[in-house]
Amino acid sequence: MDVLYFAWVRERIGIPKEKVTTEAATVAELVAELKAREDRYEAAFSDLSALRVAVDQELTDFDAPLAGAREVAFFPPMTGG
Amino acid sequence: MRISVQEAPFDLGKETQAFAEGRKDMGAIVTFTGVVRDVEGGLAQMEIEHYPGMTQKALEAIASEATERWSLGDVLVIHRYGRLQAGEMIMMVATASRHRKDAFEAAEFLMDYLKSRAPFWKKETTGAGTGWVAARDEDEDALDRWTNPA
Repeated sequence: MDVLYFAWVRERIGIPKEKVTTEAATVAELVAELKAREDRYEAAFSDLSALRVAVDQELTDFDAPLAGAREVAFFPPMTGG
Repeated sequence: MRISVQEAPFDLGKETQAFAEGRKDMGAIVTFTGVVRDVEGGLAQMEIEHYPGMTQKALEAIASEATERWSLGDVLVIHRYGRLQAGEMIMMVATASRHRKDAFEAAEFLMDYLKSRAPFWKKETTGAGTGWVAARDEDEDALDRWTNPA
């Protein structure tokens, strides 16, 4: 699946987008896998209360299932308007 | 309903005129315009990032919900991204209804939701450095009145 990062999450991880092959069943499991990779992921995901997630471009939460998902995006709380 | 996510500036007068004209059944047009506010020490620039695949859909969903909750003849949302300077217009919403209450309430609802549910992020550069604008608790709290009406 495609994993996208926006705003300071993108800056901390250092890339806007990557392909990830995963068996993770939920967003939380995917986060655990990413955190285990490298310090920059650990740093970006250290406080999940400061993050929001969208699966296939719909806002959801960290318990959301990933079955069939094509795109997961992580970002800080939005500041539109 | 028209939703536009764009980098280019918009002409508030022309947009409002085009939205308002030729409606014999709508007695009320409400518009709101968001402007880049200067900060202490001076804002060198504001950069607005967004999630291209999701932004249009998120704004359409918010506007559709407004048309379900209020009696609206039309809705317009324009939101810019990219680099902006203090004083530039970031976004506007316009609502049309038979009577003003629906147009006012729907415009407030649209603003409250697109503040914290549309995938935009603001980054400010000032003389003191560069930083992402943090979401405010008040903006999240503002949604409560629409989900838990008193």
